[in-house]
Formats: sequence, C-alpha cells, structure tokens
Amino acid sequence: MSDEEMSREADVRCTVNGTTHTLRVRPMARLLDVLREDLHLTGTKEGCGEGECGACSVLIDGELVNSCLVPVLQVEGAQVQTIEGVTAGGAELHAVQQAFIECGGAQCGICTPGMVLAAVSLLAHTPQPTDADIRHGLAGNLCRCTGYMKIFDAVVRACERAGVKA
Amino acid sequence: MQTEIVGKPVPRKEGRSKVTGAARYVDDLSMPGMLYGATVRSPVARGRIRAVTFGEGIPWDEFVVVTAKDIPGENAVALILLDQPYLADGFVNHAEEPVLLLAHEDKHLLERARRAVTVDIEPLPAVFTLEESLAGKEIVWGEDNVFKTYLVDKGDVDEVWAQPDLLIVEGEYSTGAQEQLYIETNGVIAVANAAEGVTVWGSMQCPYYVHKALLKLFALPPERVRVVQCETGGGFGGKEEYPSMIGGHAALLSWKAGGRPVKIIYDRAEDMVATTKRHPSLTRHRTAVTREGKLVAMDIEFVVDGGAYATLSAVVLSRGTIHAAGPYTCPNVRVRSRAVATNVPPHGAFRGFGAPQSIFALERQLDKVAGAVGLSPAEFRRRNFIREGETTATGQVIREPVDMAGLLDRAFELTDYEAKRERFARENAENNSTQKRGIGFASFMHGAGFTGSGEDYLKSIVGAEADAEGRVRVLAASTEIGQGTNTIFAQIASNALGLDYDLVEMAQPDTGNVPDSGPTVASRTCMIVGKLVESAAVGLRQTLQGAGLLTEEYTQDGWREACRQYVERYGALKSFSQYKPPPGVHWDDEKYQGDAYGAYAWAVYVAEVTVDTLTYETRVDDFVAVQEVGKVVHPILAAGQIEGGVAQAIGFTLYENVVWQDGRMINNQMTNYVMPTSADLPPIRVHFEEQPYQYGPAGGAKGIGELPMDGGAPAILNAIEQATGVRFTHVPLMPEALMRGLNENR
Ligand code: FES
Ligand code: FES
Repeated sequence: MSDEEMSREADVRCTVNGTTHTLRVRPMARLLDVLREDLHLTGTKEGCGEGECGACSVLIDGELVNSCLVPVLQVEGAQVQTIEGVTAGGAELHAVQQAFIECGGAQCGICTPGMVLAAVSLLAHTPQPTDADIRHGLAGNLCRCTGYMKIFDAVVRACERAGVKA
Repeated sequence: MQTEIVGKPVPRKEGRSKVTGAARYVDDLSMPGMLYGATVRSPVARGRIRAVTFGEGIPWDEFVVVTAKDIPGENAVALILLDQPYLADGFVNHAEEPVLLLAHEDKHLLERARRAVTVDIEPLPAVFTLEESLAGKEIVWGEDNVFKTYLVDKGDVDEVWAQPDLLIVEGEYSTGAQEQLYIETNGVIAVANAAEGVTVWGSMQCPYYVHKALLKLFALPPERVRVVQCETGGGFGGKEEYPSMIGGHAALLSWKAGGRPVKIIYDRAEDMVATTKRHPSLTRHRTAVTREGKLVAMDIEFVVDGGAYATLSAVVLSRGTIHAAGPYTCPNVRVRSRAVATNVPPHGAFRGFGAPQSIFALERQLDKVAGAVGLSPAEFRRRNFIREGETTATGQVIREPVDMAGLLDRAFELTDYEAKRERFARENAENNSTQKRGIGFASFMHGAGFTGSGEDYLKSIVGAEADAEGRVRVLAASTEIGQGTNTIFAQIASNALGLDYDLVEMAQPDTGNVPDSGPTVASRTCMIVGKLVESAAVGLRQTLQGAGLLTEEYTQDGWREACRQYVERYGALKSFSQYKPPPGVHWDDEKYQGDAYGAYAWAVYVAEVTVDTLTYETRVDDFVAVQEVGKVVHPILAAGQIEGGVAQAIGFTLYENVVWQDGRMINNQMTNYVMPTSADLPPIRVHFEEQPYQYGPAGGAKGIGELPMDGGAPAILNAIEQATGVRFTHVPLMPEALMRGLNENR
C-alpha cells in the first residue's frame, strides 16, 4: 500500500460491549489502538505488540484474540467484548473477577484484563476444566508477577462458584 | 471493630480496579495538546559522534528536537555518581545510548522521523564481557574499568591453605543477564516549563529518585519539581533507576516545547534493548573443609558486569558480596569483589540485587564440596548451618533464633526428598530411559532493607493523617507495584489503631504530597517502611489521647468522634515518623564488617526435574519453597510474592537467555526472549515458618520480596546434576549447553 492509501480513512461498523459503533479509521490501524484511543477503552493493554503476551486480549464473536494483531477492518460486523464489557453495566463483578480478587490472581494488574478474558473464554468453552486445561488455556497470556499459581486458584474458584449456581 | 487483621487475606486495595480494567496506568492517560516523544539512539557500542543528519521527506520544522545542548542543568543522571549523561554529548559508551530526542503529536510520523535520523559515529574499540574488561583489553571507564571493589575479611584465609588434613575444593560459576520483563513497559508523561517547573507522571518504583534526578537536570529547587507515580505494571527493580532517564527525557522535550505535555512510552523492543538488566556475574570459590565436613575457609572472588555507567552497580555488588558466603558458619572468609565496566547498556536493579548471582555460585560449590568430603549435600550443610549467637562473614552476630536445619527438614518432608534422591539415583543408573530425574536443593538467606548504613543515610519518613470522619491516610512514597504495598500498609495501620481495614487508605505517591519514605526496593517496604507506618499511625492515637479526646480503650465510633473534635478544634491531624536503627546495630563501611542487615529471611528451596537426554529439554516437575520471613502479614500476598519470584528464578535458570552481539541484545522481543508461561511451570508449593522479628511491624514482619529469586537456580542445577551426572556451572542452562555438557561426559 502506498502512503496515501495507508492514510486514507475507512468506516468500520462493529459492536463493542453491546454498543454499535461506526468508526472512521486508518485501514491498517490495529484494533488495540482503536479500542484504546478512539473508544477510550483503556482496560485493554499493550504488552508486546507482537502477539506474544496476551495483555491485549479481547473476545471477537466469543473467541479470544490478541487485538494487537487484528487490523480493525477485520472486525467489520463483529461483536467485540473487552474487559469493560465483562462487568456489563452493573456493579456486580463476573465470577472470574471476584475470584481473581479473592485468590490473589492480580498483582500489578497489567496482565489482568487479558487474563480475566482468557479465563472467561476458557470457562465458556470448557466449563469444568482440568488442571491441564487451565494451564494450556491460559498459556497465551503472560504474567510476570504471580507465577500463575494464584491465577489457577482463581479459575478453579470461579468454576466452583458457577457449579454451585448451576 | 476488627480484631485480627494481620495474617488475614483481606482483599487487596486496588483489586477491583485491576480486575475491571479501570486501573489507570500511564499509557492510559492523555492530556490536551499532548505530544509523543521518541529517542534516537546510538547504533554502535563506543565511539565519537561525527554528525547527526536529518533525512529527507520529514517536515522537521514541525518537530521538537532536543540534544545535549538543550539541557538547562547538568547533563547527568543523578544517582550514585554523575557519570551517565541524559544525552550523549560527542561520545557514546554503549549501543542504544540516547543521543537525541524528538516529539510530535502524530505517533506514526514520529516513528518515521526517528528512523530518518542518522547518527554517524567513528567507532572505537569496545569491551563486551566482564572477562575482557578485567583483562583491561581496553580501558573504557576510569583508570582501570573498575566501578567499585569490596573486601570482606574474616579470620585469616591465607593461613588455612597450608594446614594439614584439609580438603581444598575450587570452582568457577557464572550467570547471564536477565531482563525484568514487567508486562508494562517503561513510560512517563511530563509537563515542564520555566514558569511552572517540572511535573512527571509515570510507571516507577522510586518517585524520589526521579525527583532528585530532575533537580540536577533542570537546576531547580525541590519545590519546583513534582513526581507522581501512576499505577505501575510491574517493576522487579527494572523501574528503580531507569524512570529517572525516561522521565528526564520527556521533561526535556516538554521544556523545549514550552510546557506542552509529552508522553514517552517505550515499545517492547526498545524497552528490552535499551533499559537495564540483571548484572552478569563470575564467581570463583576456593573452599577448605575438614575430613569431617566442617568449613574452615571460604575464599571467594565475585565480579559483576556493570555495563557502561556506574548507576547502581556498587550497591548491587555490595549485596552480592555480603550474601556470597551464605547462612553458614566458617571461621575464615574472604570475599573480594569488583563491579567492572563494559560497553553494554548499564545493568541495573533486578529482584535479588546481586544476591541470586553469588548465592548460585555458593550453593553449586557446596554440593561439590559435599561430594569431595563424601557427604550428602544435606548432611554437609547441616554440619555448617549458622546458628543463633554465631557470626556471619561480616562478623554479624545472629541474634534471632534461626533454624536452618528445621527449614531443611520441613522442605524434605514436603518433597519426600530423601526417598526420591535415592530412587532417582537407582532408576537413572538402572534403566535406559532417556528421561533422567533429579532432585536438588539450595539453602540461603536474604537480608531485608538497605545494606549496612544505607537505612541510616536514607532516614526515611512516613506520615499518617486522619480526617474529621476518622478515615486514616498513610502518606508514603513507597509504591504499589503489584507486591501489595497498599494492602499491607493499610493492614499495619489499622492493626496498630484497632480500626477497620476499610477505614485506612494510601495516598498516591506524589512528591508534592508525601514524605520521602525511601525507594521501593531491597525487600524494605514491609519491614522498614511498614514499621514507620505503624509508628506514624500510633502517633495519631497519641495525639488524640494527649489532647484528652480519646481514652485508653476505645471503639471505632469513639475514634471517629475524637477525630471529628480534633479536626474541628485544631485543624489537620497528622503524624510523622522517621527511621531510627534498632538498638545495638553497628556497621563499619570501611572494613565492611558488622551488622549488614537488621534482619534476614531464611529459606530452603527444593526442585525436582526431568531432563530429556534426547531433546535436551529440562522440566521442573515440582518446586517447594520453605522460608522463615517473620510474621506473615498477608498470607495470599506473601505466597504470591514467593510464587512469582520462583517463576522468575526458573526463567533465569532454564528459559531466559539474553543474546548479545557487539554489546547489543539481539533477541529483544518476547518471541525470542522466552519467559515461562503457565504451561511451563511446576506447581510452586510455598510454606512459611513464622518467627516474629522483634523490631518488625505488625507483630514482627521481615522482608520477603527478593528472597524467592535466590534459591531457584542452584536448586535446579543441583537437581540436574543428579539427573545427568554433569556439573553445570552457568545459568541460563539452555538446551545447547545441556547437549554440549552431556556429550562431553558420554
Ligand atoms: S500486546 Fe498483543 S499480544 Fe502482547
Ligand atoms: S499481575 Fe503483573 S503481570 Fe500479571
């Protein structure tokens, strides 16, 4: 693409946390930047910008993706969910978030939004995960603080809760 | 009213904002009219700058450009020495050294502009390793490449070698650089102009370090400079000294731009290639031991590679030096240590601060010595563990009850060590499997707080204030970087006052608003600063009682009422407390003798591994960390510190390899500098023994943060030695090195 084409803006329609937006964007803009800068949803973090750390994780049509690798044009017509959408509207925390607080799953917190979404996605696909499921389900999200043990505890507690509810 | 708050896993103060994504880190902030800043860096390791050229096709007149000539004060990052410039002035001493700064409101154009600047440098010979530096291949710093030396001398080591009937064992050990790899990269926003002074917001551990550096850089009085810590996404030492550099850069750009806000956020590649890492090290041991396995002499030479400028290397070296002889009694100990210069970006603070390096060497050496004497590693250590009343290498008499043997027993019981050690030995010998098993351990200690007289010089201050509703705010510059400062300080203060945890909060660390409680480093926050929090809180109560508003016994309502009346009558209710050393503590900076630390944490860590002799992969299958850290203030946060530290130690040992080429890290991406993922780590099982420290806060807490970094590497290599029979002496132990070692021993 030439410089001119690169800077020519385009429209993208998508739904973010339940609200539909039409966004005027540079075609090669990363979804991560559009979320953070245009929609001010700064809960989605950048840790590496190369698809390694998972700090920028969001759900697109229910699938966990690294938003730093997604050109925003790709989300045309899609449902995007960010960490801000996990506690949709109310004051009530998601079971995963509550468990992260109780179990010490968040230390510095920079990986936490991505990690919470990864856990939410894991439990959506595998409601009763084994230890190995948890380890592999979260392996795309790096955490430098916790050594992951308290995060595993949080996922286990969240599914215990869900189990009790069900 | 809350009765027992200490030892309870209360929810962390900022937990909710972190799990909802509401917590604001510096890159989440924006200001009207804000520019973005970028750094043009040296392409070579050492040389004379000939010219800087600005390439075609960039509207340069739109850019703010800052060079060394634009610096209003002194072009030096004020830390220990003043040898490191903010911007190279005619000469560069390491690759990626900052040469010039640019700012523009369009990030994308800014990046193109950065690439369009060419720094033309006449290269000069450089040194890239500590061996080259020691050999004086080229003198690149001072007269002899040496930043700092120490000598710890106990007894008379030289007398020992000639004595009959002793075994003498020698060994050489080395460790590589390690990247802190906090998931939030370094970043700041600055607003600076002559009228309003300088304000910097950023991700950092030590607001007052940045404050001190900015005073020099701008030649301003203290009240004209303000530094505010934002939510910080991990530090581990990596945000101890570096924020002074990036904070200064953003402030220089803003100053030149007439006070427009300037934000600098490093991307991952820049953060990895340009900022500090753990000091590489080389340690030589010569140990004399009786045939019964009693240590008689330890002669230790310890060298760390400090990189191109002095930064904190002297202090890192000091901690490494003092920890080099470990928790053992030995009548003759000599530690000679040096920090030397090379032409790589300065190495800096990283959890453990020199101790993981020297402890790695010692704990590998002691397994070797045990073998030479014909004792098991455990039995050999049992015969030499330090006990209450005995002296360390610096002549410090251990005055607290210490039970290393008890920790060892507990760790062995939790891992079934003895049985496994025997079973693995048998199975490795008997079967032809390519999977070899091993179990190993390390025993060690870690001093809390600044070394020697460090706390005396710092004279930290903490404040507490109460409002008319009885709410208490702790005023300290100690930062929450994930380790739980906000939470434990609130626990300590509410415990001291008998108030609900929810009634206590922390003020944001802002040099305009909080006193200097010292840097957030050296496992000092809980033990040293926590104690000050406690006494500042008690000061509030004493003030209320002195004013006759509060009785000896009181309820929370009574407290609130007393605060209301006090504030009404006298205005603000505040109390401050300043550090005083515990009684009987002496340190001699010249001789490096005396009470090196107020208190130590003691530990035994056990690692179990499987080595695949076909794929050369090593897996840690189980890890048990047993330690005594005084009173545990918050069991979940404390365990979280240990688990996180052990994970970093496992990374340091098996995964994290900085690849250098001509003084530059060339694998500066998360794709090829690999830290452990959730799929790589074993269960990390944490166990605390509690032995309250009489001068610690909250019933006797000590330091904890750095300890877990110390034991992993030697425990794992000791286990690998059992699995393979090969005595590896370097970490990281990457598969290629494992392959070489195994082949040489076939
Ligand atoms: S920022 Fe997207 S994976 Fe790291
Ligand atoms: S909590 Fe800090 S990186 Fe995960």
